[in-house]
Amino acid sequence: MSLLKMEDVRAYYRTEVYGISRSVRAVDGVSMELHKNEIYGVAGESSCGKTTLIKVISGTVKPPLRIESGSIHYNFGAFQMDMRKIDAEEMRQNVRWKEISYVMQGSMSVLNPVRKIIRSFEDIVGTHQGIPDKKAFQEQMRGHVMKLGLPPDVLNLYPHQLSGGMRQRVAIALATVFNPSLIIADEPTTALDVVVQRGVLHMLKDIQAESANTVLLVTHDLAVHANVADRVGIMYAGRIVEEGPTQVIFQAPRHPYTEHLINSLPMIGDKTVKKSLGGAPPNLADPPSGCRFHPRCPLAMDRCRTETPEMIMLSERHRVACHLVEEGRA
Amino acid sequence: MSANEKLLDVDHVTVSFHIGNFLAGGQLVAVNDVTFALYAGKPEIYSIAGESGSGKTTLANVLLHDLEPTEGKVTFEGRDLSTIKSRRDFMKFMSQVQPVFQNPFETFSPLRRVEEYLIETAIQFGRAKNRRDAAKVADEALHQVGLSLAEVSRRYPHELSGGQIQRVSVARALIPNPRLILADEPVSMVDASLRMAIVNLFKKLRDEQKVSVIYITHDLATAYYISDRIAIMLRGVVVESGPVENVLGNPLHPYTQLLQESVPKPAASEREQWAQHIELGSTEVREYGRLGCKYAGRCPHVMDVCKTEVPPEQEVEGRTLRCFLYHDGAMPETAVSVQTGNLETA
Repeated sequence: MSLLKMEDVRAYYRTEVYGISRSVRAVDGVSMELHKNEIYGVAGESSCGKTTLIKVISGTVKPPLRIESGSIHYNFGAFQMDMRKIDAEEMRQNVRWKEISYVMQGSMSVLNPVRKIIRSFEDIVGTHQGIPDKKAFQEQMRGHVMKLGLPPDVLNLYPHQLSGGMRQRVAIALATVFNPSLIIADEPTTALDVVVQRGVLHMLKDIQAESANTVLLVTHDLAVHANVADRVGIMYAGRIVEEGPTQVIFQAPRHPYTEHLINSLPMIGDKTVKKSLGGAPPNLADPPSGCRFHPRCPLAMDRCRTETPEMIMLSERHRVACHLVEEGRA
Repeated sequence: MSANEKLLDVDHVTVSFHIGNFLAGGQLVAVNDVTFALYAGKPEIYSIAGESGSGKTTLANVLLHDLEPTEGKVTFEGRDLSTIKSRRDFMKFMSQVQPVFQNPFETFSPLRRVEEYLIETAIQFGRAKNRRDAAKVADEALHQVGLSLAEVSRRYPHELSGGQIQRVSVARALIPNPRLILADEPVSMVDASLRMAIVNLFKKLRDEQKVSVIYITHDLATAYYISDRIAIMLRGVVVESGPVENVLGNPLHPYTQLLQESVPKPAASEREQWAQHIELGSTEVREYGRLGCKYAGRCPHVMDVCKTEVPPEQEVEGRTLRCFLYHDGAMPETAVSVQTGNLETA
């Protein structure tokens, strides 16, 4: 069963200054499906369009970002929704936070530093549902954070009194108040160190396993994906270049970019020389022609410079966009 | 200079800060009795690793002579840093020890062209008398990091990629011909596909330019990849240090074991072990204030003695260790169960 079906979505930032228009093609022809009850990992470098993809999926598209074409359909079970047609009020009442919620990167800037944590919970529940009985609400929230393994006292503390890992777990608790169908986690552990990262990701995994919803985990750290995600999509310059089950992606990557990313990961116990790619991620205002990876690809052919590679289905769940694979050379 | 001569000698360095107001409050010992040395004849990459809030950056500030240690002393090339007072001496010291910081976009002012920094550094440290000579020096330094002045000239920081600009900041550090580079989390802001370029650069500097590098990080995987020796810090205390193959390959201290195990392995086949549940630490200040071993509150093998006494440094299996589990050559049975990764009792 699929929760989200996106087809050929293009979302560009368009600006016009003194008659000169410029567009940044941050999401350029992305098709993907999110299933119910899975953790889908999106990996990619900075400025590859990960955040824009999140904006499109969560329905927070604001100018200068515009969806140029494509379809985004949700099936929440109780109701279905076309993200491109829904109006803002309906989105607020029925979808945002109830069906789609969001865990952000810097939990320090998510929680209001001058108000106790319980007030942040009040804000969210008040906006989307209303709080008829304050006492019952507080009891309910204590139960909620306790179920997630946090001490209920955190509700009466200020954000600065918590450690980074605890704050991030509070942010996850906030995102799961309504038991949403989709939790989008944008670099949830990037600023944390390894031990705390492990604790936070465990919590996210446990929540997912218990409520059988979908988690979209966006991070540049492939080692995290290897340990948490069920499926992984690799993004490069606004496109998904390869997608497949985590095991397959890590054991038999087919796209040269994926292969490089995985082979260059340092590992304890391994001192062999790791190479790095030449060049830099492309500017999305003026992306390279053909395959966008060709200027950095060690295996690029003439065809890669002019022709955009199509998605090839290698198996039912593994797909890749690369001319080499199509010609049977990789 | 003989091979055994010390380039940098950190001798029982302690840094404590007063927290709270002037009436009430306490001491926070950010760096607690740290001792290590780098040798002149043997350039190496020495990693200092630990969680955030373990005192890594405070130690870096001491080594850069930005902060006076409360106790102990740091000696560089035979000279006690606390005797460096005059500007001339300080310039001389700075030309030998150069920093590379975490976020290159914050290191460089967004309103200045990056070449200005290179030229300024060359003139400041007397490598060049005028701008033309300085440009030549800058170009040489950039070549060492795989760039050229033509590529970066007239560019502002935002016009370069994260990997490029971090290489520029390494190039800047190379201009005075330092003997030691102190890199504080140099790759944490750099993209995955470019990260290895920076890391490999430090290796190249060690092998070709004979520059020693102190690499401060919380990323144990890159630390293992590049370093010769590593020190694991916890709340100001170095709990385990030695050759990286020993310390990370076969960690003995329960804290190092937890750290090493928590590094997510980039292979989907090893998910089970990582998925074992762990206990997260209490707040930082509380652990800093502990009397005995700072890890006693979380340690699965805690004994009574750990809560009251500070474990002394001792040599165990090719490393320096601070843990009562291995006191007086004892290799307790509990330690064996740790090595099989059974941390669930935590």
